[in-house]
Amino acid sequence: MPAIEVQAITKRFGTFTAVDQISFAVEEGEIFALLGPNGAGKSTLIRMLTTLLPPTSGTARVGGCDIVQDPDGVRRSIGVIPQAMTSDLELSVAENLTVFAKLYGVPRERRRQLMRELLAAVELTQWADQPVKNLSGGMRRRVEIARGLMHEPRIFFLDEPTTGLDPVSRVAVWEMLQRIKAQRGLTVLLTTHYMDEADKLCDRVAIIDHGHLVALDSPLKLKASVPSQNLLEVGFAGAPPDWAERLRHLAAVESVTGEAPVFRIASADGAATTKALIEAAGAAHVTLESLAVQSTTLDDVFVHYTGRQLRDALQEPSWADRSGMVRRR
Amino acid sequence: MQRTWAIIERELRRFRRSPVLILVSMIFPIVQLVVLGYAFGGNVKHLRVGVVDQDGSVPAVRLRELSGAVAANAETFEPVVYHDEGKALADLRDGKLNGVLTIPPEFSRWVYARESPHVALIEDNTDNFVAASLTNAFNGLAAAFNQSAPDSRRLAGELRLDVVEIYPYVPYIQYLLPGSIVMSIFMMVMIGGGIIFIDDKARGLHEGYLVTPITKFELIAGFNLSGAIKAVLAGGVLMTVGSVIAGVPDPFEPLRLLRLLLVIVLTAMALVSMMFLIMVRVSDPLLPRAVFGVLNTLLFFPSGAVYPQQAFPGWMRVIAEVDPFTYAVHAFKCLLLKNTGLSALAGDLAYLSIFTILAMTAATLLFKRTL
Repeated sequence: MPAIEVQAITKRFGTFTAVDQISFAVEEGEIFALLGPNGAGKSTLIRMLTTLLPPTSGTARVGGCDIVQDPDGVRRSIGVIPQAMTSDLELSVAENLTVFAKLYGVPRERRRQLMRELLAAVELTQWADQPVKNLSGGMRRRVEIARGLMHEPRIFFLDEPTTGLDPVSRVAVWEMLQRIKAQRGLTVLLTTHYMDEADKLCDRVAIIDHGHLVALDSPLKLKASVPSQNLLEVGFAGAPPDWAERLRHLAAVESVTGEAPVFRIASADGAATTKALIEAAGAAHVTLESLAVQSTTLDDVFVHYTGRQLRDALQEPSWADRSGMVRRR
Repeated sequence: MQRTWAIIERELRRFRRSPVLILVSMIFPIVQLVVLGYAFGGNVKHLRVGVVDQDGSVPAVRLRELSGAVAANAETFEPVVYHDEGKALADLRDGKLNGVLTIPPEFSRWVYARESPHVALIEDNTDNFVAASLTNAFNGLAAAFNQSAPDSRRLAGELRLDVVEIYPYVPYIQYLLPGSIVMSIFMMVMIGGGIIFIDDKARGLHEGYLVTPITKFELIAGFNLSGAIKAVLAGGVLMTVGSVIAGVPDPFEPLRLLRLLLVIVLTAMALVSMMFLIMVRVSDPLLPRAVFGVLNTLLFFPSGAVYPQQAFPGWMRVIAEVDPFTYAVHAFKCLLLKNTGLSALAGDLAYLSIFTILAMTAATLLFKRTL
């Protein structure tokens, strides 16, 4: 049985449809990402799955419990790290963890043991008695991860867990999540708009755009599904006027964009195209000034499935912004 | 100048987009003007005076008729007939009466024999405004009695009023103390309860609660009790320090302290549950700050904390009737100024308890378990 099973779930706010007929399943032990720009519907979807929002239609089962019929069953089996930092800044790390363990009725002895284990797992043992306000952003996020696991949930939801963190802290959080997931046999569902996060951390990725599920597979398979495997950015000196046309006929080239002196070449086989263009440049006495070969990224996958760059989509206002709602951050 | 103008523009644009703030800042001074305007200086009316007629003859009846005339016209007091002076005095001590007029058995004999007839007015002097009004009213009544008597020219036959105060003199600082204790509880409820609650909500902290299996009632009870504990501490400190500063006689008598603690706890519970009922659907952090000022005026002044409610106009008495401050202030006055037993506070304790239960139930029903 899947850990999370979502069937045609929909959420409408007035006339605006934030999530539209989305279905997917997350297997036990997976790290599953909902990838998309702000306003795509990721947070709305995760809020429905964590019982914070009732769906307009459709249903979902989390840990075997229906999110509408048995929300308390869902709440007992999940740990949730919301998008906003929700630890009490005035309380110490240990106090924050204790309060949440008590909310789940974890017995005292088990609580102490779990706190020791989790603080060690998130590398905050020596900070246990420090007020959370004294910690950095990355450390606070680790406190939240430990807090979300104090009742030993089977399924862990994280809403944009690394937003606002510096690159080093982000990598630290990824490593920590992978380690804890392996130790505790967790199923993890997270939302993100970072391509590298979805790519490096997750077993499978669901790309969400404008409330729709547009693609779902492992990062490798998603990248393989995009026709162009590589992108070459090449700078030339002394290129003749028909140079772009000549490049189009080289081995494995699918398209050529840009103007002299820099061209962008989409290729199905980066190595073959590179070799061919070096030979062609030599034969035509054109000087090769720069060459960069880039593999397909999830950004290319996003462009392929949605028709626009994720970084452009990130600039679009979300439904919450449009409806004047205050976003909790 | 352009930079200064940029700051002005930003602030004014933000102000324009906060309708609640605009509304409250406009309404608050009006509320304050009306409430304060009517809270002070009105004529005290409808005081309850027990009349014990131990004589029952014609002059005594005439005096009672004059009392009835005052009740019907000036409305300063309403006579309540008692046959047992002991019962009337017990009711006076329990705060059910503001004064007791005793017409002694020899009254008619003194009148007819022109032997300085006198009646006794026993007053609850814990409220100086009330006591002064009552004394004035009965002095007027005595003058009317003497004027209507056929031989009023003879001084020996004139009615004399003996005023007896049942408590030691109560300075105004002592009179203010009960209201100040309730205010300290209210301030802690608003600052330590309401404002923190809404700020946490706006910061998304409540999402952390909502994803746990906690029930609506557990959540509301948790917020209410934690707010009440903080408010009890605030009320306890002010009660102790205030009693010493105001010179309340024998402020640390254990039995009275226990009764005071009970009133503080019930007051804190009533005010915190009222606050949560108001805030349960609020998410704008500005609102509790704005409401704080309005509620402060609207609840404190009509409660009788600074001036007797008997001087208020009808609409303000309606507010006072439902205002939990009224019952808390009355209970504290009974304990601090009169050192009464619990029977004198029974109505106040019952109201505060029922108010708490109703407000908490309503808040629980209105509380949204989802975002």
